[in-house]
Amino acid sequence: MTELTCLKAFNDGLRQMMDADDDIFVVGEDVGRKGGVFGSFTGLIDEFGERRMVDTPISEQAIVGLGIGAAVSGLRPVVDLMFMDFVLVAMDQLANQAAKLKYMFGGSARLPVTITTNGGAGLSAAAQHSQSLEAMLCHVPGLKVVMPSTPYDMKGLLVSCLRDDNPTVLVKNKRMFGVKGEVPSELYEVPIGEARIARQGADVTVVAYSRMASESLAAADELAAEGIDCEVIDLRSVQPIDIDTVVESARRTNRIVVVHEAVRFAGLGAEIAAQVSEHAFDYLDAPVARVAAPFAPVPFSPALEACYVPDASRIAAQIRATLDRGQRPSG
Amino acid sequence: MTAPSHEVLRDIHRRMVRIRLFEEAAGRIFEAGRMPGFIHLYVGQEAVAAGVCAALRDDDQVSSTHRGHGHLVAKGGDLSRMMAELMGKATGYCGGKGGSMHVCDLDLNMLGANGIVGGGVPIAVGAGFANKYRANGAVSVAFFGDGATNIGAFHEAANMAAALELPVLFVCENNEYAEFTPRDQTMAIDDVVERAAAYGMPGTKVDGMDAVAVFEATAAAADRARQGGGPSFVECKTYRYYNHHGVQTLGMKYRSDDEVKEWRDRDPVPRHEDLMVSVGAMTPDRIAAVRDEIAAEVEAAIEFAEQSPMPDPADLLADVYSGPADQRQPLPPA
Repeated sequence: MTELTCLKAFNDGLRQMMDADDDIFVVGEDVGRKGGVFGSFTGLIDEFGERRMVDTPISEQAIVGLGIGAAVSGLRPVVDLMFMDFVLVAMDQLANQAAKLKYMFGGSARLPVTITTNGGAGLSAAAQHSQSLEAMLCHVPGLKVVMPSTPYDMKGLLVSCLRDDNPTVLVKNKRMFGVKGEVPSELYEVPIGEARIARQGADVTVVAYSRMASESLAAADELAAEGIDCEVIDLRSVQPIDIDTVVESARRTNRIVVVHEAVRFAGLGAEIAAQVSEHAFDYLDAPVARVAAPFAPVPFSPALEACYVPDASRIAAQIRATLDRGQRPSG
Repeated sequence: MTAPSHEVLRDIHRRMVRIRLFEEAAGRIFEAGRMPGFIHLYVGQEAVAAGVCAALRDDDQVSSTHRGHGHLVAKGGDLSRMMAELMGKATGYCGGKGGSMHVCDLDLNMLGANGIVGGGVPIAVGAGFANKYRANGAVSVAFFGDGATNIGAFHEAANMAAALELPVLFVCENNEYAEFTPRDQTMAIDDVVERAAAYGMPGTKVDGMDAVAVFEATAAAADRARQGGGPSFVECKTYRYYNHHGVQTLGMKYRSDDEVKEWRDRDPVPRHEDLMVSVGAMTPDRIAAVRDEIAAEVEAAIEFAEQSPMPDPADLLADVYSGPADQRQPLPPA
């Protein structure tokens, strides 16, 4: 075990995987000499050279398409899209091609492509560099989507993605790169589709992922002082979702609050609320609540962005309201 | 460039006739209402797929288009599995999950027909990347139409292949129509190949009704790519005899009868047969025998497809993902 940041855990995991398998290469904008826009790929070009750290033109469709063509030809590409917002530029290749080829071809294709990208708000990057678009990706059969919240999960989920024969999307949250945690030095997998109970509790279940999992834990700490015992589930994967763990917890605590950074309307919270109502309706003592961004683009000014992105205090306020059986906190 | 051997001429011919007879049969079955969905027939363009694929190695990959049957046949596709797929049968190439627009045979390095115009072009570039990465000497071919060169994916892919010096052949089948709209209404240039210069790749314009011309242009471009010379662009001037979709489906009148006749008078199949007879590569009797043999293969394919079972509804969710079905099944109601 070593203490690493999320960024270093990603970098270390990738380096070890590339070292073990020549079929793995990285392709994207500024992944080579620059080492990635946030430093995710720092130093890898020194070890693996330009053959395996491929700087490309600014061409998201062709970058993803290159990954698909290389994958069906037997390689295991890591395709980097600098910002999650740019997923939209590549959506045909992602959603119409990568996600569907296996099924359309009657199972004969294998598509071990890992798409890595950086999502989330909070850096005053405004509406085209701050989005959380996971719901759009989760809606497409054939894709898997993971959103780790700790250095341990970052490395373990990256390894799982790289070993998976399906197109996977790994979303790093831009405000979590510096978060530290214990990470084993050897390679290990965190299974895709398995949630983690980050904190056990009896009064209410908070379901979150990515940076909102840490915000939810902070809210739980705050509420513990008030005698409220929160269970926090970190989904880790948002496609597939570990709904069993969520439902089992809901049946114990009888209250659910879902938290995400993406906008509330048609977000993951809606899907989780629906599935919880299908499988735990009779156990619920309050409506499933959601804490999420409002239905607006991400604003630029720090003064506005602070109101936009959910945080521990808003999560805590919603938990209190849910425990009071009210739907929404006042104010 | 030396003229193709008699063996190559016969090889090209067989590929063309297999496409022609398969497509004519598929068109008849479709118009008779015995085939579901859409069908985009390749009839008229045979010299392109046959000329290109005859110049390729087995390990060279091709990506294709919505008008993709010809590319799979030319790569050596099994007509029975193709016909079964077109009919939505379990024995088809895709088990009935893809249909006409997604026929593929990855074992033959045919990376699939594609329902999105231009969508297959970046995929061919990826295959070319893999070939360079492995230094295996293989090349990839992106087939696409004139209309596809107007979509962003084509531009990104062409520029990427040139920038990364990948062994990729961009083969434009210019049949002069983007669905029902004539090419001169969708671009302000006379020859699509003019676009190649913008990517810094060599471009050649050939008569796409002349299989030998297509073969020779492809062989030259493939040689160049195999030797590390990067991508090339080959524009094949060709024509589809039938409608964008089906044979006469939709009944839209967007081309004059004279225009269609003018192109049909230059039919690539009899033209190639005449050439073979004139150079002594095949006798008329032998040509007739090959046609009969392939007609029997097509009849057998139809018989196979019609006798094949429909897919089992239990397989509806199979192959969404590789590996164990890890989409979690809903829990039983509480």
